[in-house]
Amino acid sequence: MSKPLTHLRDDAAARGLYRPEMERDACGVGFVARVSGGPSHEVIVQALTVLENLEHRGASASDPQTGDGAGILLQIPEALLREECAKIGIALGAPGTWGVGMLFLPPDPERQAVLLALLQEITEREGQDFLGVRVVPVDPKAAGPSARASAPHVVQALIGPGTLAADDHALERKLYVIRKCFESEARSRGLEEGEHPYVASMSTRTIVYKGLLTPEQLPRFYLDLSDPRSRSALAVVHQRFSTNTFPSWSRAHPYRRIAHNGEINTLRGNVNWMRGREPALASLTFGEDVAKLFPIVDERGSDSAMFDDVLELLAHTGRSLPHALMMMVPEATLADPTMSPEKRAFYEYHACLMEPWDGPACVVWSDGRMVGATLDRNGLRPARYVVTDDGLVVLASEVGVLELPAAHIVAKNRLQPGRMLVIDTELGKILLDAEIKEKVAARRPWQRWIEEQRVDLGKLPEPRSPVPTPLERPARHRLMRALGYTQEDLRLVLPALAEGAEALGSMGNDTPPAPLASRSGAAPLLYNYFRQRFAQVTNPPIDPIREALVMSLVQPIGPEANLFKESPQHARKLNLPSPLLTTDELQRIVELDREGLRAVRVPCLATVDEGGTLDVETALVRIAAAAEAAVRRGASILVLSDRGADFGSMVVPPLLCLGAVGDRLIKAGLRKDCGIVVESADPREAHHIALLIGYGAGAVCPWLALEAVGELVEDGVVEGPIEAAQHRTLKALEKGLLKVMSKMGISTVQSYRGAQMFEALGLSEALIARFFPGTPTHLSGIELADVFSDAATRHRAAYRKTVLAVLADPSTGEGADLLPGGRYALRRNGEQHAWNPATLGMLQHAVRSGSFEKYQAFAARVDREARGDLGDGKGSEGAGFVRGLFDFAEREAIPLNQVEPAIEIVKRMKTGAMSFGSISKEAHETLAIAMNRLGARSNTGEGGEDAERFVPDANGDLRRSAIKQVASGRFGVTIDYLTHADEIQIKVAQGAKPGEGGQLPGHKVDAAIARTRHATEGVGLISPPPHHDIYSIEDLAQLIHDLKHANPSARISVKLVAEAGVGTVAAGVAKAKADVIVIAGDAGGTGASPLSSLSHAGVPWELGLAEAQQVLVLNGLRGRVRLETDGQLKTGRDVVIAALLGAEEMAFGTAALVSMGCVMMRVCHLNTCPVGIATQDPRLRERFPGLPEHVVTFFSFVAEDVRHHMAALGIRTFDELIGRTDLLKARTDRSGRLASLDVSRLLWSPPVTEKGARRFTTPQDHEIELAMDTVLIEQARPAIDRGEPVEIEMPIKNVHRAAGTMLSHELTRRRGPMAPPLPDATIRVRFTGSAGQSFGAFLAKGIELVLEGDANDGFGKGLSGGRLVTFPPPGAGFVPEENILVGNVALYGATSGEVFIRGCAGERFAVRNSGAIAVVEGCGDHGCEYMTGGRVVVLGATGRNFGAGMSGGIAYVLDPQPGMLASRINPAMVELESLDETDLSLVRTLVHRHWQRTQSALAWRVLSGWKAASRTLVKVMPKDLKRALADRSTATAKEA
Amino acid sequence: MGKPTGFLETDREGPLKDDREERLGNFAELEHRLPVVQAKEQAGRCMNCGVPFCHTGCPLGNAIPDWNDLVYRDRTEAAIAALEATNNFPEITGRICPAPCEEACVLRIDLPHAPSSPVTIRAIEREIADRAFDRGLRPRRAERATGKKVIVVGSGPAGLACAQQLARAGHAVEVIERDREVGGLLRYGIPDFKLDKGVLTQRVEQMREEGVVFRTGVAVGGSNDGDESLASLRTRADVVVLATGSTRARDLTGVPGRELGGIHLAMDYLPAQNRVVSGEAKSTPIDAKDRDVVILGGGDTGSDCLGTALRQGARSVTQIELMPRPPDDENPETPWPHWPLIYRTSSSQEEGGERLFAILTQRLIESSTEPGHVGALEVVEVERKDGRFVPIEGIERKIPATLVLLAMGFVGPEPSTWSGTELALDGRQNVLADTTRFTTSEAGIYACGDARRGQSLVVWAIWEGRECARSVDAFLIGDERLRSQPQRWVPERP
Repeated sequence: MSKPLTHLRDDAAARGLYRPEMERDACGVGFVARVSGGPSHEVIVQALTVLENLEHRGASASDPQTGDGAGILLQIPEALLREECAKIGIALGAPGTWGVGMLFLPPDPERQAVLLALLQEITEREGQDFLGVRVVPVDPKAAGPSARASAPHVVQALIGPGTLAADDHALERKLYVIRKCFESEARSRGLEEGEHPYVASMSTRTIVYKGLLTPEQLPRFYLDLSDPRSRSALAVVHQRFSTNTFPSWSRAHPYRRIAHNGEINTLRGNVNWMRGREPALASLTFGEDVAKLFPIVDERGSDSAMFDDVLELLAHTGRSLPHALMMMVPEATLADPTMSPEKRAFYEYHACLMEPWDGPACVVWSDGRMVGATLDRNGLRPARYVVTDDGLVVLASEVGVLELPAAHIVAKNRLQPGRMLVIDTELGKILLDAEIKEKVAARRPWQRWIEEQRVDLGKLPEPRSPVPTPLERPARHRLMRALGYTQEDLRLVLPALAEGAEALGSMGNDTPPAPLASRSGAAPLLYNYFRQRFAQVTNPPIDPIREALVMSLVQPIGPEANLFKESPQHARKLNLPSPLLTTDELQRIVELDREGLRAVRVPCLATVDEGGTLDVETALVRIAAAAEAAVRRGASILVLSDRGADFGSMVVPPLLCLGAVGDRLIKAGLRKDCGIVVESADPREAHHIALLIGYGAGAVCPWLALEAVGELVEDGVVEGPIEAAQHRTLKALEKGLLKVMSKMGISTVQSYRGAQMFEALGLSEALIARFFPGTPTHLSGIELADVFSDAATRHRAAYRKTVLAVLADPSTGEGADLLPGGRYALRRNGEQHAWNPATLGMLQHAVRSGSFEKYQAFAARVDREARGDLGDGKGSEGAGFVRGLFDFAEREAIPLNQVEPAIEIVKRMKTGAMSFGSISKEAHETLAIAMNRLGARSNTGEGGEDAERFVPDANGDLRRSAIKQVASGRFGVTIDYLTHADEIQIKVAQGAKPGEGGQLPGHKVDAAIARTRHATEGVGLISPPPHHDIYSIEDLAQLIHDLKHANPSARISVKLVAEAGVGTVAAGVAKAKADVIVIAGDAGGTGASPLSSLSHAGVPWELGLAEAQQVLVLNGLRGRVRLETDGQLKTGRDVVIAALLGAEEMAFGTAALVSMGCVMMRVCHLNTCPVGIATQDPRLRERFPGLPEHVVTFFSFVAEDVRHHMAALGIRTFDELIGRTDLLKARTDRSGRLASLDVSRLLWSPPVTEKGARRFTTPQDHEIELAMDTVLIEQARPAIDRGEPVEIEMPIKNVHRAAGTMLSHELTRRRGPMAPPLPDATIRVRFTGSAGQSFGAFLAKGIELVLEGDANDGFGKGLSGGRLVTFPPPGAGFVPEENILVGNVALYGATSGEVFIRGCAGERFAVRNSGAIAVVEGCGDHGCEYMTGGRVVVLGATGRNFGAGMSGGIAYVLDPQPGMLASRINPAMVELESLDETDLSLVRTLVHRHWQRTQSALAWRVLSGWKAASRTLVKVMPKDLKRALADRSTATAKEA
Repeated sequence: MGKPTGFLETDREGPLKDDREERLGNFAELEHRLPVVQAKEQAGRCMNCGVPFCHTGCPLGNAIPDWNDLVYRDRTEAAIAALEATNNFPEITGRICPAPCEEACVLRIDLPHAPSSPVTIRAIEREIADRAFDRGLRPRRAERATGKKVIVVGSGPAGLACAQQLARAGHAVEVIERDREVGGLLRYGIPDFKLDKGVLTQRVEQMREEGVVFRTGVAVGGSNDGDESLASLRTRADVVVLATGSTRARDLTGVPGRELGGIHLAMDYLPAQNRVVSGEAKSTPIDAKDRDVVILGGGDTGSDCLGTALRQGARSVTQIELMPRPPDDENPETPWPHWPLIYRTSSSQEEGGERLFAILTQRLIESSTEPGHVGALEVVEVERKDGRFVPIEGIERKIPATLVLLAMGFVGPEPSTWSGTELALDGRQNVLADTTRFTTSEAGIYACGDARRGQSLVVWAIWEGRECARSVDAFLIGDERLRSQPQRWVPERP
């Protein structure tokens, strides 16, 4: 446990932006079990083989010899230990009468002695025998150098029974107590952070061997593992891919009971709620020992470790592991209408006990007797398993990890979303999901308990007293003004909500972040100091619309009960169908008063005296004290209410009230006793609601917003009646809330509640620690007093004694008394915008006149405004951007002519990704031509690119974009597209709406766009929120691998958006072998985005870039990648600051558009761009005024501007700028609040190690030469060069990934863009075995891959005209159509080609398919999701949610039972039809070909009984397509 | 937000004007109101820009996209409220403002296949204002009096705006006007064919009801009976605001023949006719009937002279401008969103007369038939060299002129107003005061409008009056109560 590294890490956390809690990992996971239960060494050997074959799912650090961690969980190797212990004089009794603790101790022998003495002391204190210690034999040479340097001393402590009751579990329980005591008491021994002991396992049944090792090193390091005396009936293995490279032996999996592939997103909330429950815990079996278990959760651990902590507790409450896992990772009850009432009741009951631990999770677990695996409701992690006829079960993230003879395989399957697989080695049985769960569900009369005890909101009686009547309009407007409602809220935000949806906006956000905006009169709301966090790379966002079945807004609120017990009273909660309440519903809750459920209103107002002063502390203390008193008097639901604000009493921001009340109740141990509901005038946007719930509120009644909607109805702005409009408003807020949750990958509001999925921007650390503990912040700022003074200032302005009629219009109250707002559309008295009439006008004048002087005037103005000086004589109390807080250091200048020329500097510049589709052809091509002229790079965006652009024009201009973007929609991502790229950018997130998908409305899809996107004209297109092949970091590594093979000469870039923790993500991305990492700011972005996403998600790039730079340097990874940034860059100063903070390259989006004529209309989403840029309307496109020259001029000016700054800084080459934060300093001329902003963390620079680098130095080693395709290419030469047919045969294993991809690239490259494609199957490759991931990815036309065996995830992704055929080996012991042949997300983003699969496919078959034709014999959930083209024939059952978001293409399903398909489709966008003659003949042809190619028995049956079969065929037809076809035929008819 | 595609579907259509024959027969307002349906359609052309250049192009900061939208949605009351929130006298700006907003409108940009066609903002503004008049101007009296007194000197647009704001804020306001009627330039300078004085009278009536006391016929610093000195005003008010305008006209000083008869300042000529129209006078002492009129100065005042002269029955009218003729459509020196310096034709210029550019008057020649009276002008063409106008040799010529009207602009306020005090002036002889506080060098004395900024547009005057009122109120109350519309985001001249 190397000290220097630990210190460096601590230093980085203390002074820089690195946050250890942001570390993420993911991995490969698996288990091997003998059902019969006989322990054998073979199981261990097999498990280690599995582990080795998962190696590519892990990663290694900057030191390639050191893995991120690998480990194995076994039954205690009793024979080995008995013999070895005997040798050192420890006699072990009968199995189960002793336990072994696997300890990691510091290297210092003295400390070891101290710790072992402590363990002995505790053991004996707890009445057990400390039998002795065995030093675990290890071979340090087997570990990599940095692993060795940090290696712990590993010992086994043997503990025997003292005096214990004759209870099977008594010793196991005691070991739990001993371990907990040891962990907490060792903490008080004055050890340094790196020296604390770690208990890998301590049990009578299981043992864990793990470390900072590669799979292959693990058995060489731990000699026990290769000792044939080690025997086990089961083994859980795990291979880790961590985003960081700080050595940590303890963070390797498995933990004591689980190994986990995934991430618990709601961890913060889960841990907090768990801590809140501790006071309620009491147990007969543990007795007084319960207190020794606290804290239940060790918060220093990873998410998996904390999950393990709680699972362990639940197991000790007497619940079985399956039961405990069903509590922690419940199924989506909505998703399964066929769920039994007992099981449904089980979930409903347990929802009253614990919120879900939500997030992508494949948990493999074992208690030594049972071994199992559980997949969360979204099922985004792969888990494939194989069962042999001799009772072996192998489950792993991939299939083919253990070679087994096909004839012995009786089942090949995968774990489905929400499902569980259990092997009980004692019973010798495989328990399938239904069996195990129904058994658990039958344990107690959950249903009766729920019915008797739970109170449903909908069943509450009519309120006895009337709902408060709405305020009079003038009073309402005063309150609105006091709370910062603006005219814009009434004009834009609320009307949209009242119509049922959040308003949309375009062109990003160019207003200052809250802490920088400090113009008097419009102080930002407290909400604005928080930014929503979002999933990127390490976990996926989800689609709350198309995958609504997994989302849930239901939650029970009320007192928490003792987890050690199960009683009817545990269900005594108020069940809310939604966290948004009408005033009527709120009234019903307020009147709730029955045994165990009583609501009390707590007023949340502060007194403002005549002089306008108020005492912050008194107010908060009074509110918190009132809450505590209420709970002590038996209140179980607190309603924090701000009704009654007026001149003398002010609304206390409800977020603060929640913080103050929560803090008080937790300290008093009372938080568990009540639920909290907020009745507030303050919230009015989804972001506000999300914050209140994210910080612990169970429900919110936004009463003033609802009243305002009533007013809009009265004024005729919104359609009535009022109740309906209010209802729509709440629905819209629910939708917004779901969106906010889903962008973090969270499905249930119950676990979102209190999960604090936010980061703060500009709040002081003290304020956060007190009210929002655990919330990360990179930019410290305002204090509690400032928040109050802002609120008080607004309040006083609104409740002035003297009414100025001149300000208010008494007749209409038309908001003339509210401030204008101006966040979304500029208003004179509103918010500052960087793009305003001055800057827009000046830039356009500069580029059109070609005058550098005019550019300089523009740049001076922009730089001045960035510093907050708006030139209106009001001074600069704010700033436009974070970079406005910096000054350059004073340095000796050099002459300009010594500085690197502008033509070199400009090559680092790029245009932001803007798709053809979001912008017009003219605009898109103008950018490409301009950037190519400069030797710089334009970016296609996510809309594909017409192949004709790959060839230069007659005048030498090239309209090809150098950067090809690969986004979640995969529109037009073909092998040609990828081959014609210099750089391929994986867009993980975009600044305007990180964590969200996109939608191109049908009216923007004209013929040209439809062609490049492989879509149908007039049919809308959806980009899913996640890439369906990136659910975690190892998936990203896989996609990078795929794309690198699709074009080995292109750089692979990964675009992230700045948020706290982006640095650790970037480190993971660097380890995943990206060549370029983009840290985009929160501000940029064209296209449509919900307004709240534009302003409230992500942080400025300065923060994210600085963090990424620091973490990459810290980890020694910086030299491997180039860093790029974007987000409202405009001038040379911006570029230089970006470079100093660490960026090599910069992208300009809006500024490039403005150069071409964009005037920031912000109507991109309306298709009415008046300057022909963001529109497809031909009338508008012909107005496009831009010329390539304008863009060339702009970038040349910026480069020249950069040179001037470099000369002033005395820097000759751009490279010398990178990462030089010492050339920046915090501005000292800041005043007021601006002065309180601490930017020192941004300027911290980690020491650069010997081998380390501050900027890009060494390219990644992509190991291209090792790819199987190099062989294929050699053998396929005759076809590539001359078009002659070639046949190749090859074995294949799961480690061979992206088979055929590089071959496709080579073929495409050699033949050139305009060559006709090769005839089908000119190159035919026959593989045998289990194919690795991405089999046949981007396969080009002319290539056919035949696979005898099976395949993993990503089969045929991006298929570009090739053909894939898969069938099981002859003589396989399983029925193909009942088993899984290919993994998840097969055919993702396929554009053309053919696929025949004899067997079933996993989840999301043909997701985003836009042209491929496929025949498959069954598929999992979400089949044909977002499909826009092609034909899919499913000769069997589909999973749930079939055809969600499907706008094009057609699917034909052989419905196994009448009506089954109808219950499984998502009816929002598709409908079922019967087949007409054309359909039938098409299907018959395809099935026939399927039979020919795969010899499918099922196909034969279908064909031979065609009459009968054709009657069970159902056609799944997208409504959009149907309409477009109808429109077209009408049009044709008219023409005719 | 109007109608997203309105600008594509509806062509720009301005308000109707009387045709030439009709116009010349009288002094009635020549421009019509937009019919309601048309106003709605035209307002629907507004694109509710993310960056509404109109909104910053307008000195007042009128929330143009907001009220366009409200008109489009038939929400008249709300539109009136939104308009009045920034503009005290939209009925006036709606008629006579040169509408810099329209020049800044995004639809003004000349694009391929899309000629410039800005939203008819001014006409819509007038339409909203007229609807407010139709409904009757209700006074908005302050709920309580502050007990403070303010005297405003001058009743032009700046003084009136300032007075109205202060009165509504609860102060006792007295407006002093040296002329017989209130309104300053609005009443006497602008001809009735552009601004019907009835609207002004109604507005002044509203102000009276709001508590403003008008004292007319009193010249501050004057020597007639009843006149008062600034010092004495100062003693009987908490604050005095100077809003006397920029009334000193630029003259042909030093040009031979200036002493001849028949040479008049525009600001003597125009008020005389306005007095006739209003009935204040029976006839005008300066009548253009049957005369060859030459107007020196090509600006708005010159145009007003032109229209007036034509209506009086001039035999010929020639308007002479020193500056060269600006380009017709686009001026690269002043690209959008700047105010474009281009060749414009005012409504009066549509009616007749001849316009000459780059002409310098060298001499005024006595008439051969009317002794002592002007008969012709001797002029020469000039070109610009190093910022100066240099005559081009050999092309002097004579222009017959039996009435010469000088409309060459104004050079500042009349210092007699503050005689007896040491009021500091700026380099251009305007009263020195900034645009944040509007305080002069003398305690308790504020200045706004043209007296402070020099001759300018009515919108600027109203803005100055409002901003000055805000500052005065803040001074009197100790708290910033009236809203400010500071000038922001104004593009710098390239």
